[in-house]
Amino acid sequence: MSALFDQIQNDISNHDVVLFMKGNEKFPMCGFSATVVQILKRLGVSFKAIDVLQDMELREGIKAFTNWPTIPQLYIKGEFVGGCDIAREMYQSGELQSLLKDKGIPYTE
Amino acid sequence: MAMSSEKIIQFLKEAFPDAMIDIKDLVGDNDHFAVEITSQAFQGKTRIQQHQMVYEALQGHMGTHLHALSLKTKVPME
Repeated sequence: MSALFDQIQNDISNHDVVLFMKGNEKFPMCGFSATVVQILKRLGVSFKAIDVLQDMELREGIKAFTNWPTIPQLYIKGEFVGGCDIAREMYQSGELQSLLKDKGIPYTE
Repeated sequence: MAMSSEKIIQFLKEAFPDAMIDIKDLVGDNDHFAVEITSQAFQGKTRIQQHQMVYEALQGHMGTHLHALSLKTKVPME
């Protein structure tokens, strides 16, 4: 498991915005994942999508890593931001945009 | 792979005795719920912590028996 955690840590350290999701950004395989993809696309944020369906070990491992029982999971600058509900709530309130600004990640209003 | 709304409320009431809980079965299949939960226990916690507290209250059922639970946590207004 620790090799997997290292790999997850690498992914979230090496990319500003990482979305662990079901499916990929072109073909999300779950409505919750699709919602977060839509939000990021609307904000014009470039992100790395990691499809957990391609890797059963990762699918379970990311839940343990984050201590979060569901997918999708959004990471910004190595920090867990939330799943679909929190991402949507933060987008609607403008908090997500503030967070991106604070972290120096380009996005469109 | 489903769970009744009564069962969910029971878990939540045990963990958050003061909570106001509003639950909707979104498609009537006991598998897609929207829950809004208001409790003093969330005071001073981040949103992630609040949601983690709710998942903990559901004792491992989230992500296994419960597939889709849309969650909104709130602190009661003063």
